Amino acid sequence: MTGSAVLSVRDLHVTYHGSSGAVPAVRGVSLDVHEGETVGVAGESGCGKSTVAMALLRLLPAGTRTDGEILLDGEDVLAMRAGRLRAVRWAGASIVFQGAQHALNPVQRIGDQITEALRVHNIKGTKAGSLLELVGLPTRRADAYPHELSGGQKQRVMIAMALACDPRLLIADEPTTALDVMVQAQVLALLERIQSERGLATIFITHDLSVLSYVADRLVVMYAGRVAEEGPAAAVLDDPQHPYTRALAGAFPTIGDSASRFAPAGLPGDPPDPAAVPPGCAFHPRCPVVIDACPLTDVELRPVGDGDRRAACLLVPTVAGTLS
Amino acid sequence: MNGADPLLDLAGVEVHFPPRQRGGSVAKAVDGVDLQVRRGEVLALVGESGCGKTTLARAVLGLQPVTAGEIRFGGRPVDRTRAGLRALRRQAQLVFQDPTGSLNPRQTIYEIVAEGPRIHRLPDEQLLVTDALARCGLRPPERFVLRYPHELSGGQRQRVVIAGAMVMSPELLVADEPVSSLDASVRGEILRLLLELVHTQDVTVLVVTHDLGLAWNIADRIAVMYLGRIVEVGPAAEILEAPQHPYTRALLSVVPEAHRMDQEILIGEAPDPTRIPRGCRFNPRCPMLRSGRAEELGVASACQADDVALQPTDHDRAVACHAVHAAASPAAS
Repeated sequence: MTGSAVLSVRDLHVTYHGSSGAVPAVRGVSLDVHEGETVGVAGESGCGKSTVAMALLRLLPAGTRTDGEILLDGEDVLAMRAGRLRAVRWAGASIVFQGAQHALNPVQRIGDQITEALRVHNIKGTKAGSLLELVGLPTRRADAYPHELSGGQKQRVMIAMALACDPRLLIADEPTTALDVMVQAQVLALLERIQSERGLATIFITHDLSVLSYVADRLVVMYAGRVAEEGPAAAVLDDPQHPYTRALAGAFPTIGDSASRFAPAGLPGDPPDPAAVPPGCAFHPRCPVVIDACPLTDVELRPVGDGDRRAACLLVPTVAGTLS
Repeated sequence: MNGADPLLDLAGVEVHFPPRQRGGSVAKAVDGVDLQVRRGEVLALVGESGCGKTTLARAVLGLQPVTAGEIRFGGRPVDRTRAGLRALRRQAQLVFQDPTGSLNPRQTIYEIVAEGPRIHRLPDEQLLVTDALARCGLRPPERFVLRYPHELSGGQRQRVVIAGAMVMSPELLVADEPVSSLDASVRGEILRLLLELVHTQDVTVLVVTHDLGLAWNIADRIAVMYLGRIVEVGPAAEILEAPQHPYTRALLSVVPEAHRMDQEILIGEAPDPTRIPRGCRFNPRCPMLRSGRAEELGVASACQADDVALQPTDHDRAVACHAVHAAASPAAS
């Protein structure tokens, strides 16, 4: 991807403070998203992927500690004052949530809800109807109430609202998870079309690696609040370097691949509790290729091959190691 | 596997729900299903939400009265008396979808798994419970019996749910989306357990799912359901690698796991069981009809006027599609 990054996250740490003490949910995540690029963030429950999404627009609950740097078009989100932050939300970057359907006001017409978002942000010249057309809904649906729409249609309305202020960055957090496969395909095709028309930078967060295999340009795989592996989506999926990525990719079988027929792949154990992350490499208790050094070494991301890919695993040879 | 002696045999099964309001229409959730589940197989019943697959599973378990048709279990018609259903529920067990929601948080694992044996007053309850836990991979069982659901991980909780079904030594397990609420890495372990139970415990599995990757992982055969009917049935690998019904083809084309196919995204109204289209019930969304392929085969008018039944195509496969039937019969060529 060319051009400067629309979003640049450096060494992001997020710690929740609950009744049971400090919970480090995100422990040093860096990523870039360029114009027109879709970066997929994959991981299982508790890996911190949704926390990253919320942190990007400072939507986390009060009392949560966020450190690091989040640059949106070069401007530090963490240093913004309330007024500036308010302007940036929706106009600079907007979020489509999982189950966003429930975010619609049930007693207000769809068109009025979109118009309200436009009015609050002082957007002139854009009409609710044209936004509905953009997401493939007939203009007359502006008169409908949310209960008159199907799940897929409501998700389209949420996408229309997210696009109302013409943001530079779209954060999609499990946008299709509650939808049926056919409706999911419709929504994914819609997001892809809009993205290429508008050159949107997109972060697509999901537990479903198979969805990312066809929407993402780059892939970031998270485990226990850190990035386990990252690189071009096709390369990471075809030839995973981190044993966790391998296991995750294996859990979504390719239909027609005889190796997975009657042989479901999985991993023993469960994703770690963010409040009790194992020492060293957090993946070591479940790792099929663990070595003695794993529980003792806090392994960093290291380049794989020519350097466009990185993985945090001791078994990936370091560049320094090959030189010496 | 014995085709002549299916464990479960459904013939013309219908489940209709009366209208919610006066003047409304009857919802034909299951509308004439013929289906056999063979002893020792894993049959995946697949389809989108609202296609009637869960209602059909409930009818099989005796949890939902049928409007018409017959369900035979083990060669005999299901006895719908109280005692008959009680006997059925011992032999056919349900595995719930969400282990967190279906386990009572205030009961120990022992009490949860012992519920079935207590209701059916089985002897040697303690032995049955520890044995079921061990068979479901919760070993040693003594480590688990006194714990509560919240102390277990998601994967372990789903094993408890399966143990609660296996403790009755059922002939049939009906698993409704058994892994959809689990993390990806845990999913494989639970599917492996289901396969192991089929191989070692002589249990037959009817798995209800929208997940075609799951069907590829564990199913011997697949039945595809659309708007209350089975539209295609046959060996899993053949259906997934060479689907015949246009609906199955479309469904497969949008599954990211099978992205070697050209996408065929269906448009048009989502299926509504209160308004089943005339003719082939898939015709308003059918890509073959829209592309003119049905016209070329001379069946376009039949698609819109005549209901279509499952007919055998290849060995052990059957499809309900006018166009597929016409293309296969010599008269059309």
